[in-house]
Amino acid sequence: MNSLKYGFFLGCIMPNRYPQIERSIRSVFEELGIELLEMQGASCCPAPGVIRGFHIPTWQALAARNISIAEELSVDIVTGCNGCFGSLRDVWCELNENPEEKRKVNEYLKQVGRQFKGSSEPKHVVQVLYQDLGIEYLKDHIKNKFKDLKVGVHYGCHIVKPSDKRPWNGEYEYPSFLDEMVEITGAKSVNYKDKYACCGAGGAVRGAIREVSADFTREKIINMREAHIDIVINCCPFCHFQLDAGQREANDIYPELIDTPLNLPVIYITQLLGLAMGINPSRLGLAKTPNIEGVPPIISIDPFLNKIKKQLI
Amino acid sequence: MNENVKKYIKRGTIKNINSKISQLFVEAGLEQIRSCINCGTCTGGCPSGRRTAYRTRSAIRRALIGDISILQDIDIWECTTCYYCYERCPRNIPVTDMIIKLRNIAVEHGNILGNHLFLADKLLYATGHAAPVNAENHQNYRDLRVSLDLPALPPTVHSYPEALQECQNLMKVTGFRNLLDKIIIAKNNNKEGK
Repeated sequence: MNSLKYGFFLGCIMPNRYPQIERSIRSVFEELGIELLEMQGASCCPAPGVIRGFHIPTWQALAARNISIAEELSVDIVTGCNGCFGSLRDVWCELNENPEEKRKVNEYLKQVGRQFKGSSEPKHVVQVLYQDLGIEYLKDHIKNKFKDLKVGVHYGCHIVKPSDKRPWNGEYEYPSFLDEMVEITGAKSVNYKDKYACCGAGGAVRGAIREVSADFTREKIINMREAHIDIVINCCPFCHFQLDAGQREANDIYPELIDTPLNLPVIYITQLLGLAMGINPSRLGLAKTPNIEGVPPIISIDPFLNKIKKQLI
Repeated sequence: MNENVKKYIKRGTIKNINSKISQLFVEAGLEQIRSCINCGTCTGGCPSGRRTAYRTRSAIRRALIGDISILQDIDIWECTTCYYCYERCPRNIPVTDMIIKLRNIAVEHGNILGNHLFLADKLLYATGHAAPVNAENHQNYRDLRVSLDLPALPPTVHSYPEALQECQNLMKVTGFRNLLDKIIIAKNNNKEGK
């Protein structure tokens, strides 16, 4: 297992808005013996709803350029973001399946001195944990188990869809890999209404029609609240952003639809996993932030930290 | 033109039919859309349609018959690309991908929301990131990174100016820069005209 090595594709939201997630992925992967190589000079994936919605050839060319950086390192790619995973994997699949498209994109890349070969597979952090390492391997690294923790799992969309370009054998309606991963920590994945529903951020909607995104989040968080969930677990920094900041936006935009302001804490899967692996919370981006104004989490995670304080001894 | 399509048009609900638009659809590889049986599975499973006026089936149909107004309709920007319509279509039409192509055609015709143009021009093109962290007002996020034992700037285009240059060159080669310039000039002319 020690020989596993990936190019770490950062994207935008994770390093630039929620670096706590980047911290937790780096720490957990190190603990699991996975080496992460930097993809120097990588750009935005680019975003599958926005940039792809504007100009497909540019979306393909920038994604192929990003993939070519990992090809030079002779490694597969790992990304923690459903959106980046979507863009990189969709382009990787499309170009590998369609030689004519590949030729066209390589014409573009040639003019900046690059080439897309198709040899580096874009993978998701959860895919690497679940498929390349496996649940049994992860179980061996669990040091402490939660004794009473109700988790609301949020998959997001692009980790499972479009299913013909995803590594889950076509399963998209009711995936279970993330629930399994949550439950090896001793936490309970609680079912809730419309569990597999979208967070509302994707497809360029958050960027321009924020009230629509906020309504998705309002519905989702209320459904979780009705199932008495302690903490939201996700596997996408953009969903994470939406489920965190979107609660405050929903409180502001839809006060007449919300009895008690939404305030459900949100963390990323490797933050939860890392705690159960005995990694120091400060190495998982879970310590309190010292005097920095205006940075996330927007919804305080203190209730969660207080709840688990006595559980992980 | 197909008799059924004619009948649909004759209802008089749709003005500004432009066969060029349906032709653009065909050229963009969307012929498959012709196998749509109008069942509404796409609309039924659409989480955006639950809360907005966006109706997937209607958007696809309007595009198919060449109703040019679809290109200015905000509806096509309300899809979050959740891909339920794509997965569940009984005719295997890649519905979400069609909406994306429809957006491409809309943008080509100068229809892009202000925030989206800003994102494309001032963020992605200018910085290489759709959400950058190198601006003056991002000091708090850079501090946050440092407090987490991460470098202030990630090892992306932010740390490698020559890589940003390369991305910008690539966006020129694909025609993206030209497209943005064309839209910006048209928007400015519109403002002056008013």
